[in-house]
Amino acid sequence: MVKLEVEAPLIARSRKAGHFVIVKLGEKGERIPLTIAGADTEKGIITLVIQAVGNSSRKICGLNEGDVITDLVGPLGQATHVSKVGTVVCAGGGVGVAPLLPIVEAFHQAGNRVIVVLAARSKELIILEEQMRASSDEVVIMTDDGSYGTKGLVTDGVESILIREKTDLCVTIGPAVMMKFVSALTMKYKIPTVASLNTIMVDGTGMCGACRVTVGGKTRFVCVDGPEFDAHQVDFDEMLMRLGAYNTK
Amino acid sequence: MATDHKNTLSRDELWRVELRKAKKNKERTDIPRVRMNELDAAYRSRNNEEVNLGLTGAQARLEASRCLDCPSPSCITGCPVGVQIPAFIKYIETGRFLDAAKTLKETSALPAVCGRVCPQEKQCEAQCIHLKMKKEPVAIGYLERFAADYERESGQMSVPTVASPNGTRIAVIGSGPAGLSFAGDMAKRGYEVTVFEALHEIGGVLKYGIPEFRLPNRIVDVEIDILSRMGVTFVNNCIIGKTLTYEDLRADGFKGIFAAGGAGLPNFMNIPGENLIGVMSSNEYLTRVNLMDAANPESDTPVLTGRRVAVIGGGNTAMDSVRTARRLGAERAIIVYRRSQEEMPARLEEVKHAREEGVEFLTLHNPIEYLGDDKGRVRQMRLQKMALGEPDASGRRRPVVIEGEIETIDVDAVIVSVGVSPNPLIPGTFSGLEVTPRGAVAVDETTLRTALPDVYAGGDIVRGGATVILAMGDGRRAAAAMDAAIKTNV
Ligand SMILES: Cc1cc2nc3c(=O)[nH]c(=O)nc-3n(C[C@H](O)[C@H](O)[C@H](O)COP(=O)(O)OP(=O)(O)OC[C@H]3O[C@@H](n4cnc5c(N)ncnc54)[C@H](O)[C@@H]3O)c2cc1C
Ligand code: FES
Repeated sequence: MVKLEVEAPLIARSRKAGHFVIVKLGEKGERIPLTIAGADTEKGIITLVIQAVGNSSRKICGLNEGDVITDLVGPLGQATHVSKVGTVVCAGGGVGVAPLLPIVEAFHQAGNRVIVVLAARSKELIILEEQMRASSDEVVIMTDDGSYGTKGLVTDGVESILIREKTDLCVTIGPAVMMKFVSALTMKYKIPTVASLNTIMVDGTGMCGACRVTVGGKTRFVCVDGPEFDAHQVDFDEMLMRLGAYNTK
Repeated sequence: MATDHKNTLSRDELWRVELRKAKKNKERTDIPRVRMNELDAAYRSRNNEEVNLGLTGAQARLEASRCLDCPSPSCITGCPVGVQIPAFIKYIETGRFLDAAKTLKETSALPAVCGRVCPQEKQCEAQCIHLKMKKEPVAIGYLERFAADYERESGQMSVPTVASPNGTRIAVIGSGPAGLSFAGDMAKRGYEVTVFEALHEIGGVLKYGIPEFRLPNRIVDVEIDILSRMGVTFVNNCIIGKTLTYEDLRADGFKGIFAAGGAGLPNFMNIPGENLIGVMSSNEYLTRVNLMDAANPESDTPVLTGRRVAVIGGGNTAMDSVRTARRLGAERAIIVYRRSQEEMPARLEEVKHAREEGVEFLTLHNPIEYLGDDKGRVRQMRLQKMALGEPDASGRRRPVVIEGEIETIDVDAVIVSVGVSPNPLIPGTFSGLEVTPRGAVAVDETTLRTALPDVYAGGDIVRGGATVILAMGDGRRAAAAMDAAIKTNV
């Protein structure tokens, strides 16, 4: 996982929690969406956190200080709807933790009690713990192998909180499977839940429909209608299937 | 200057009077219409080379001599921007090709583009006097293309003279034909013009939509280059409403804004299985292939190619998609259209070329469901057979369902090309802008001014999916109206 600080004064100025950008590297590069993990308006920079999974993300992770990103456009999508609701559980896994940070900060600033659940395979993969602690009331760490925090899945962490105290909202960002299970869990406890979806995209401006998902039985475009939706209405199975579009068997 | 030009365009000019006398009308109408030189269908359907090769000088002059130089030329009334058709054609006939190109540019900002993509058979050529004599119309589109190409290839392409800078900043949203023609006209009048484009490429649909085999990118790039040389600034990767807001533009000192964001939102049919892998909008398919060069192995962007590709729809976008599918190796590339061939909105030439390239046409069929495999990939489609009923509001005969007649065919990719809607982004972020019930930006019909006094709009964002020439005409009209408004301070 790599953290990049990118000079983009206009985006830094206009972005809000929940927004994303589209990045393209090189003449023959692909346009890929990346959620903005933070911004410094003074310095005119935005922070992106990328995990090397495919060809394009590997290339972006390979960038060095001083390198230029060929094309960068944003901020895209709808900003997170932040208000004072009471207690908010923010559950993040994998690269989802980075875009979760501005949301955690925003809900905290709005006067909510914020509990963060961070999940990863093992201790080295837990990121942004310090920053999360600084902007929340509690951080629960879950690792698959038990090398740090509590051994277990993100859902175990979330459930322990839901059992313990009255929760008003859950926000989840991470791999689609993770969000699917968090959503199923909070549905059981009837906790309103927002998921930030990371579908395949091309333009990111509502022009192509590559990013479409079914929410509440209706087709929506993640890049313009989202990326955040009511998780309980999202057809995660369809989304998971569509994410596999370009996996060659 | 202006009067000068009027003179040279008049049919009473001596050279034109003599030219008319040089041949009898009967001789002229007896000449058969020229055939476009084109690449062989079997060859071209496997590559991206431009299909139409253009006319030679001799062919163009002969074709130009078919034109009778009518006293009240009806062809001009068929042209949405009123190109001085007989004048430019007569210049071609005398061999003054550069003058022909100049004449075209008086009214059309992008003649090399329009000569390639305009539906002439529904516009100028549909009004040609030859049709009344049961002859084929003069090939106005081919001649337009010839003159524009001749000028470009001659290396004598002129950069239009620009009035001395008046220091007034103007912003253009979108770099499609509407935005480009507006930018050119305002630059000529001395304004300081900046064009903002959301994508990484300048050109709008001309780049991301219309394929290389019909409109090579280099043709569009030449036009963009000329605008740059006229002082127009292009800013790519900048979404107005997101990166910069309406308020930002005003604060930055822009005195007028032309919204030409196009109709980017693809329509789907909302039928079962439409979200299966392999079912995509034509915008997605064409953007991947044209803008992202996905068919090139060196490109990082993938595209799904199928052995059996069905394209739903009968417009230009559908034809471009289906012909692209053939070029990407589809064994069967099928147009599925719910009406008959007669009602197809696509240009005749596109339909003809598609047929020659081996595209199959399944007319009077309408998809009702897509079926997938266990991985969620589309494998089959169910088609409802249709018949033609009474004419509808569009004047075309309405397709009606033939009860119980349903067919299933095997497909591995489906491209949905059933129209586009105006992109809601601009109306959504410009508070005070009015929209029609269809989501188009509402404008004054003559001035193209919106409800916001400093914002004008034109092209597909106002019309829904329309044409290049209409978008271009809007750009020119809006430029004239905005200029007048700024000068008189209203
Ligand atoms: C595949 C295809 C084939 C076609 N074939 C033909 C044909 O043969 N003949 C014909 O006459 N017409 C054809 N058309 C239609 C024609 O291309 C359009 O009518 C025309 O391009 C509209 O021009 P425009 O300038 O309004 O918009 P567009 O060409 O759509 O350009 C709009 C531009 O604005 C940008 N934009 C949008 N919102 C913003 C924003 N907020 N900020 C910054 N930039 C923004 C978009 O990215 C885009 O580049 C075809 C269309 C398609 C899709
Ligand atoms: S990415 Fe193209 S419409 Fe969303």
